[in-house]
Amino acid sequence: MPIQPLLDAATAAANLADIRPPFSPQEARVEANRCLFCYDAPCIKACPTGIDIPTFIRKITTDNLTGAARTILEANVLGASCARVCPTQVLCEGACVMLDLEKQPIQIGRLQRHATDHVAARGIDVLQPPGPKNGHSVAVLGAGPAGLGCAAELARLGYAVTVYDKKPAGGGLNTYGIAYYKMRPEVSLDEVRMIERLGVTFRYGVDVRRDLTAADLQRDHHAVFVGIGLGGANRLGIPGEDLPEVVDALEFIEWIHTRPLADVPVGRRVAVLGCGNTAIDAVTQAKRLGAEEATIVYRRGAAEMSAYAFEYELAKTDGAAFLFDAAPVEVLAQDGHVAALRLAKTASHDGRVAIVPGSEWTIPCDLVLKAVGQEKQAGLLTRLFPGLNLDARGRVEHDPATMQTSLPAVFVGGDAASGGREVVNAVAEGTKAARGIHALLAGDSVRGPVQPSRLGMPDGATGSGFDQPIRVHELEAALKRG
Amino acid sequence: MADLSIDFAGIRSPNPFWVASGPPSNTAHQAHRAFEAGWGGVVWKTIGEPIVNVASRYSALNLGGMRMVGFNNIELISDRAPETNFDEIAAVKKRWPRHAVIASLMVDTRERWHDFVKRSADCGADGIELNFGCPHGMCERGMGSAVGQNPEVAETIVGWVMEAATIPVIVKLTPNITNVVYAARAAKRAGADAISLINTINSITNVNLDTLVPEPTVAGRSSHGGYCGPAVKPIALNMVHACAADPQVGLPISGIGGIGTWRDAAEFVALGSTSLQVCTAIMHYGFRIVEDMKDGLSAYLDSKGMRSLADLRGKAVPQVGDWQQLDLHSRRVARIDYEKCIGCNLCHIACEDGAHQCIDLVDAAPYGLGPGRVPGKPVPKVREDDCVGCNLCSLVCPVDGCITMTPVDTGRAAMTWHDYQSRLAAGTMQPIPPHP
Repeated sequence: MPIQPLLDAATAAANLADIRPPFSPQEARVEANRCLFCYDAPCIKACPTGIDIPTFIRKITTDNLTGAARTILEANVLGASCARVCPTQVLCEGACVMLDLEKQPIQIGRLQRHATDHVAARGIDVLQPPGPKNGHSVAVLGAGPAGLGCAAELARLGYAVTVYDKKPAGGGLNTYGIAYYKMRPEVSLDEVRMIERLGVTFRYGVDVRRDLTAADLQRDHHAVFVGIGLGGANRLGIPGEDLPEVVDALEFIEWIHTRPLADVPVGRRVAVLGCGNTAIDAVTQAKRLGAEEATIVYRRGAAEMSAYAFEYELAKTDGAAFLFDAAPVEVLAQDGHVAALRLAKTASHDGRVAIVPGSEWTIPCDLVLKAVGQEKQAGLLTRLFPGLNLDARGRVEHDPATMQTSLPAVFVGGDAASGGREVVNAVAEGTKAARGIHALLAGDSVRGPVQPSRLGMPDGATGSGFDQPIRVHELEAALKRG
Repeated sequence: MADLSIDFAGIRSPNPFWVASGPPSNTAHQAHRAFEAGWGGVVWKTIGEPIVNVASRYSALNLGGMRMVGFNNIELISDRAPETNFDEIAAVKKRWPRHAVIASLMVDTRERWHDFVKRSADCGADGIELNFGCPHGMCERGMGSAVGQNPEVAETIVGWVMEAATIPVIVKLTPNITNVVYAARAAKRAGADAISLINTINSITNVNLDTLVPEPTVAGRSSHGGYCGPAVKPIALNMVHACAADPQVGLPISGIGGIGTWRDAAEFVALGSTSLQVCTAIMHYGFRIVEDMKDGLSAYLDSKGMRSLADLRGKAVPQVGDWQQLDLHSRRVARIDYEKCIGCNLCHIACEDGAHQCIDLVDAAPYGLGPGRVPGKPVPKVREDDCVGCNLCSLVCPVDGCITMTPVDTGRAAMTWHDYQSRLAAGTMQPIPPHP
């Protein structure tokens, strides 16, 4: 049976409603007043874009919401989407000193949303419009978070910036690939429009494989930023993989973002392969769209999953099932449609996972979502930029301070550089790359906005997590290990 | 962006925010940090003959979860040598020529006043502030508030200062006085260029109930200290207004007392202040607070179409006057938004026991149920005919915008107490009957 939509529009909308709804003004003021306004605050060090969090929260307490939004957006142009999609539990909120004092961190993400919503709802542009153009032109490949971070920073520095993207709209995964209950695509599209107002030109429907050559880019631009992210889902390499109901999890999420909710097809029994954060997004949204059963199949144990603990908890609360130490061996069909998934137990030897012979069994299933990682775009990158160095894992080699690649006029950021991290990391890398490009073309070094909460720090007012973010959960894991 | 720069009695600064004379303005190190953070001026910690301080020196009033709602200190003036202070002022002015540096002074004899006033000008200070307000320690030696509390003495000393002054002189006034306007007029008569107020208020913040010694404690004893911080703002606003409204004063005002945010600043400006001095909020959070103060004040001026602080300055002064100028016929009543009411009934009990008994608790059914309300729980209902419009219910209500004090048109022309008395005397109206 082909899959079809299972819920009416109202039920689907209710199920996929905002998981962290906006604060009322009174809630925001009370929460903001809990903030101690720390000096050299740990939350700033845990933010990859180094937002001066205590300062923007203090501005909320004084009812200076526009100023609060300016503090946020000057450091992170995608502050509105990061307020919704950041794993704040392991970033700013995980570092909050109030965790030690009251076991409840300041709800930084929701406060950030409160401030950015204020200006978005009123059409207030808080970022300074760019001054006169400096005569340099930069191509940005990819309108995702990294490309947007780079484009906005370059525009503010006076560059003519053209962003190329193959999709019909900008925002990348922020527009097409975030769990719907975390963020609506409109938030991301609003951010793209804000960056357009900074003077950035967007060229949509441009496939870098097909429509652009290195010669075109060199002729038209003084530097190129590569923010093309990752490719499609990795191949499973098992029989039945090409059946119509074996779908890339990100494609499934894109359906939710590009179709009316009542038109999004979903299986009654859904298997999600993989156990990263995308797998969690897929399994929870499948459940919320009416799947009777939605099961994560992961070839390792619970302790090894790459999904955050709070995402795992969310999926369990939503009624998802988890099959650990199991791997798919075949997708079975009936009348050309997925009907079942054949699984085998796995065992780990010296860190390598292998199927246990004779352990196979079959579960009924009508939709298989692949969340086993995305392909690197190595072939595309080396074709487009001969001489570009990639590492053994297919990531573009770069100087972490400037994001410059082995080709002097080519810079990189986001998942193409990191292999896959958070939206906020991508914005930070894009911003860094813009400053790297500025250093190359204008010979000028740019520092971030002065942070009142770090005035007089030895590394200057602009240090913070932008230079070297701490990862709270990694620190905690290291502490536990001793 | 609105222009925040000011010219205060000839002292120019890029914005109205000055670090008040106190612990944050004790050294050149702090002045440099303040200017780097964006402050427009620094009033140096009071320079005089060096004193000896005690430990401890500060105490605070905490309220609920909020620290330092009020703050108290028994620290004296600068304990550093005058030449150190004057040398550092010179160094600070050299690096920050467009920012305001004001020397706060407190000495005793005419000769010493002349000497310190000249040294202030010689070191490059933009102005002098006379500390006539310090309410602890120094007043026992005939200085500080001992001067400020006696307008004749203050006038004499300002006179001495003016004999030697070549730069603007600001007289800092004490609130520990029956009517601050008399002190302000004395400063004016003696030729001062400006006034600043308020200095700190005599206080004991608390008593340690184990030792029975108030804080701050010094070897088992305590002393009354100078009170400041957010809690004193209403007192300061009233005194600033009194000086701004008095035609005999007519001097530029530097507002001081509980300023910590741009909103506080805007209120002080609306009541007639030109520059604004801040101490306690810096002692709590550091110099960085000025960023939001400038940003927020500027945004506020922009939002009101005001191009500079002059457009706001004193604009609230005419609306404040004597009680007898208020309209006896004006009427307002409390209205409760049942969509917002959460059913705490604080409005009822406040009115019933604390005010005028006009909010009943009635059957919920006809009024619908507010959010979170237990079915059948009574709702508060205002008897508007009996409501005197006192505001108390709206003040205790924990929900923003739930109780609105709504003007009611009585159809009667405005009548002040003065009008009322005139009409009674002329026999054109009967006395208003007493409230039942």
